[in-house]
Formats: sequence, structure tokens, C-alpha cells
Amino acid sequence: MSQYRLSYLEQLESESIYIFREAAAQFDKPALLFSGGKDSITMVHLARKAFAPGKIPFPLVHIDTGHNFPEALEFRDKLIQKLQATLIVRKVEDTIRIRKLTEPKGKFPSRNWLQTYTLLDTIEEFHFDCCIGGARRDEEKARAKERVFSVRDEFGQWNPRLQRPELWNIYNGRIHKGENVRVFPISNWTELDIWNYIRKENIELPNIYFSHEREVIEYEGQLVAISDFILPSVEDKVVTKKVRYRTVGDMTCTAAIESNAQSVEEVIHEIVATRISERGATRIDDKVTEAAMEDRKKNGYF
Amino acid sequence: MDLLRFITAGSVDDGKSTLIGRLLYDSKNILADQMDALERSSKNRVNGSVDLALLTDGLRAEREQGITIDVAYRYFTTSKRKFIIADAPGHIQYTRNMITGASNASLIIILIDARHAVVEQTRRHSIIASLLKIPHVVVAINKMDLVDYSEHIYNEIKNEYSTVAVQLGLEDVTYIPISALNGDNIVNKSSAMEWYHGKSLMKYLEELETGQDVNMADARFQVQLVIRPQAEHLHDYRGYAGKVISGIYKKGDKVKILPQDTDTTITAIEIDGNEVEHAVFGQSIVLQLADDIDISRGDFIVKTDNLPTLSREPEILLCWLDDKPLIRGNKYWLQHNSRVVRIVIKDVKYKLDVNTLQRHPAEEDIKLNEFAAATLKISTPLVFDSYTRLKENGNAILIDETSNSTVAAVLLQ
Repeated sequence: MSQYRLSYLEQLESESIYIFREAAAQFDKPALLFSGGKDSITMVHLARKAFAPGKIPFPLVHIDTGHNFPEALEFRDKLIQKLQATLIVRKVEDTIRIRKLTEPKGKFPSRNWLQTYTLLDTIEEFHFDCCIGGARRDEEKARAKERVFSVRDEFGQWNPRLQRPELWNIYNGRIHKGENVRVFPISNWTELDIWNYIRKENIELPNIYFSHEREVIEYEGQLVAISDFILPSVEDKVVTKKVRYRTVGDMTCTAAIESNAQSVEEVIHEIVATRISERGATRIDDKVTEAAMEDRKKNGYF
Repeated sequence: MDLLRFITAGSVDDGKSTLIGRLLYDSKNILADQMDALERSSKNRVNGSVDLALLTDGLRAEREQGITIDVAYRYFTTSKRKFIIADAPGHIQYTRNMITGASNASLIIILIDARHAVVEQTRRHSIIASLLKIPHVVVAINKMDLVDYSEHIYNEIKNEYSTVAVQLGLEDVTYIPISALNGDNIVNKSSAMEWYHGKSLMKYLEELETGQDVNMADARFQVQLVIRPQAEHLHDYRGYAGKVISGIYKKGDKVKILPQDTDTTITAIEIDGNEVEHAVFGQSIVLQLADDIDISRGDFIVKTDNLPTLSREPEILLCWLDDKPLIRGNKYWLQHNSRVVRIVIKDVKYKLDVNTLQRHPAEEDIKLNEFAAATLKISTPLVFDSYTRLKENGNAILIDETSNSTVAAVLLQ
């Protein structure tokens, strides 16, 4: 901050803290959706700042697809311990078993779509009336049109045509019983903003965000890590490369990028120079149709 | 580096989406894969060249119908600034979207099609800009390529609009002749219009001085929530969390709690649990006070020598945002930042025509997209400033008690 003007990162931070506090004040049972990625970790950092010196006044909820990076899980557990926060984990695997859902097939069997079922069940189980998520409007076209306080009907569905106008800094979180609100405190941040903030605040991240050697399959121009969930077939080209992850979702739907960036500073340089967007480089799940994200959101996805 | 939020407004086909696409593209904020996707969808449609408008039309219905339904937010960064664009649709029925997008903007780009000059929607958008007190206006005269880059036509439109600007009291108006389609005067100065000596649009956006837009004189702080950690070492801790709406707060300031009307002193200002000496406009902070007073969400902490207005019957100007009309005598919730109170619309004084600024008797219901002046009735006094003086503390929304929808934008008078 110069004498009396906030820098853009300070403005973004303050706005996010304001939104966190609105969520905590307006709802009976909020929850913070935690995926283990850098956006989630930044969200937790912001939430901690919003309520300091008190603790984060709501639980963190992880919808676990079972396809996580082990590094991300390990990091999650250490973070929770450090913050003395409450963590609720609900597994997609259990939902598949109980609801007799059909497991996705194919080369990259992503359970991403099925997460919606587990999320909606978890909302019902704990009577959450507000789920705070780390979606950013710059990620994807359908997200660019979503409100900060986004009302979902009792089926968890988003109706883009019936969104409430959201004016000034006023967030209308009034809902009927059974409905819930998704709150997105970092709506106005970009990938670069997140990294600049991580640098400014010295936020710790799982090491898979930085350059490391890994065995990957080269598939249609994307590098997919070999794991328990993705096994190479005969025709696959398996190579060992220096890679890092730009986003961390499931091992089945997140691709790595080739990178030598070992520090936050180097990652920022890399992002500034890149010509490929975050989701474009790394998400195997968005490419199905042009409106893939819009369809998932309408069905109750994050 | 700071942050500038702006909105683009124009009628259908004035080229708003193309302009935004152009700003993103020429400032290298569109990446290769997004461009590929754009080329793919441009080919799915009929016209041959890449359609920059597709960048902002995010929903399927929008792409199918070639229209923009909802406010979309776009982000780009240059070496000078981070920008947030609210892209609001131009259709008449979507005035509410423009108000939504404009509510946080400190600048508006009003697009005028050089072939059609100032049209009804230009006036409407300008009136809304003046009502919402957007401090800076850029009149971007677009499609100059279709009028042979004529200086004469530019000057005619400029003169015509100046009259509108004077009528509306718009103070800072800048005119830029552009072609969003071809990129003339967007990032680089156009060689086709050497008669134009001003800045390119991007240079103007990067260099605009916004320091004076901030109100440092009137200190306002509203409590969002009370922090009471249930921890041993913080047993008696009570902190009042909120965002500084305007002005500056310092440790030791004599303050008044409103509407209770109790005086006390600030004993500490905290950010992230650490004490700071002062806090300014825009910062999210926690205040600690000398006395144990019953303070809850929505209450104000202001300096004793500079007080806001308190009223049980505030006068307002509203814009109706809902399909269901305003019903006189109905009760609504009024949300003023973090404070929610029940109100009755006691009296609708007149309807304001946003095309002419004329006042009409409000005999019928107030419908979607209409402006009206009204008097409210509240059981406890509302603590506010007039929108004209301090817009951050002069705005509110009305919420329908039964549907929970946000039904009106409110400017407190």
C-alpha cells in the first residue's frame, strides 16, 4: 500500500475477505469446499485472515473422488492440522456404491461429473445452506457470468437466466428452505493474481506445482501422469519428463505441463510468457463440448 | 499497480463484444488455445472471419442467438493496470443488467455507431451513467471504417453528444474515434485517422488518474460481524469486523456507534490479527473499542465530528429490476451493505423517464427497468449518506419478502 491507496492485490484481498465475512454472517451452516488445489489453499489463507484472531468459523469439505494426487492429500492433512480447522471428507466411491452409479469408462475415467452427486448428498447430510467455492470468472466462459452469491434450487441447479442482479457490494443471500447458495470469494481473481498473491503472502503449496520428474503418457498433446488410475496401454508412449501442474484436480482429468519452474517467481515468469490458458493446458474434462462447464454447473456442479 | 473497473454500453450491434474482444486480443490477453476455440466456433457459424464477439458470449443460448443475455466479467492486465470489464447487454429489456454492471464501475465506455450517431439507447445509457455517478465517461465512436474515417462525422457526433453531456452534468467526457473490428485507435493510434490527436483507448485507460474518485473526508465503517474467539488467551476479545466504506480510521479516534448513538474510542485496528496504525477506504479490518457496547451486524462506527444521515423515512430513487411490478403498500427487505431492515414503500412520487429525464405522475405500477422516486418507511432509522455525496454509503437494494429476489436498485437521496 502506498500511503492511502491500495494496490490491486490488496483490493482483491479485501473484497474476498468481505465476501467471506458476508457468507459467515448471512448463513446458518456455511462450508468451504476444499479441493487441495492452489485456489483452495489461497481461499483457506483468505478465510483465516478474514476471521483472525478467531478460527475459521465453518468446516472445510473435501469431495474426494478417490483419484487424488497423494501429494495433495498429504498437504491437505498438514494444513488442517496447522489451522486446527474441521475437515469433512465425503467419497465419490461411496456414492457410486450406495446409489449404484455407473463408473465412467474410457482411457481417462474421470469421476469429475459424479462429484456432483456426492456434493449434493453432503449438502443434504449436513444441511449446508452455503457452499463457498474457489471458482474464478476468468477460468471459463460460463463462469464469467456467474454471481458471487449464486443461488441454487433444491436440486442444486444453476439457472443462468434467473440470476439475481448483484449490485455494488451488496450480497443478497436470502433463500428458501432447501435452497442453497454457492459463494465465490475469488471471482475477480485471475491465475496470475493468485500466483502474485501466493508470492506476496508466502503461501505454501504442494510440490507438484513446481518442476519435478515424472513418468507420463503423451496423449493428444497432453501429458498425463501414470498412476493407479491411469495405466499405460501398449500403444502409449511413456516418457519421463520435467513437469509441473498448473491446476490440481483429479489424476484422471488433470494434465501436466513441461516446466523447469522451481520457485513461485519462476512459475510467475512462465505464466506471463505462456500462450495457453490454464484450463486449456491442463484440463481433460472441459473439451467435451463447447458448453461442458455450463452443463455441469446447471446440474449442480461447483 | 492499481485496479480499474469499467463497463461497456451500447445498443445491439454497436460492437461492444467486438471491442472487448479487441482489447483482450491486442493487449495479448487472449491465449492461443482460446483463439483456437474461437476459430472453431467462428467456423461453426456462417461468417468467415474470426468473430471476437464470441469471446464474451459464454452461454449456449447467447451463442445460438448471437446475443448477450447477462453481465459478463472479463479481466485483463497490462504493465500499468489490472482491468475488470463488465460487459452489459444493450437490449432495452436488459437495462437492469447495465445497472448491475455499472454499479461498481468507475468508468463507462459508451459506444456509438458512427453511422447512426446518438440514438435513444445512447441517451438512456448516459442518463444511467449520470444517475449512478460514474465519474469518467469515454464516448467511443465506433465503426469509423464504415464512414471513411471521416473527421466531419466524428465532430458532428461529438458536438451532438456534448449537448447531452452538459444536460446530464457529466463532467469528465473523452471522445475517441475507433474501429473495434479493425483495431483502429484501440491499442495503437490509427494511421487512417491522423486528424485525431488524442490517446488510443488503451492508453487512455492505462493513464486515467482515479485518485480524486476516492472519498477520504467522510469516515464510514459498518460492522459485518462480531469476532469473539472461543479461545483461552483471547477470552475477553471482541472485534468488530468490516470494510472501511470511506475515509480513514486511526487508533485513538473518538467514534460514535449508530444508530445507538453511543460514544467510545478505537483502541486497536487489526488486520490478520496484527495491529496497524490506521486503515483506509477499501480495507477489510477489525476494530476494537474502549467500551463494552451492544453492537451487532449492520451498526455503524463513525467519527464523532462527521456524522451520516439518520432517517426513518428516507427519500430514494429506485430502478425496478423484477418482472413483478412494485406494489405500493407491500413490505420489502432493504439491504444497505450489511444491514437488512423491513420497509414499506410509503409513497411513489413520480416516475422518471430514462430517455428524457422527464418526471411523470406515477399513477400506474412501477415496472421492470423503470425509475421512480419514492419515500420509504422504516421502524428503526437507517444510517446513510446521500448517493450524490458518498455513493458507497448511499446505495441499497430491495428484496421481495416472498421470492427473495433482488427487485430494485436504490439510490438514497
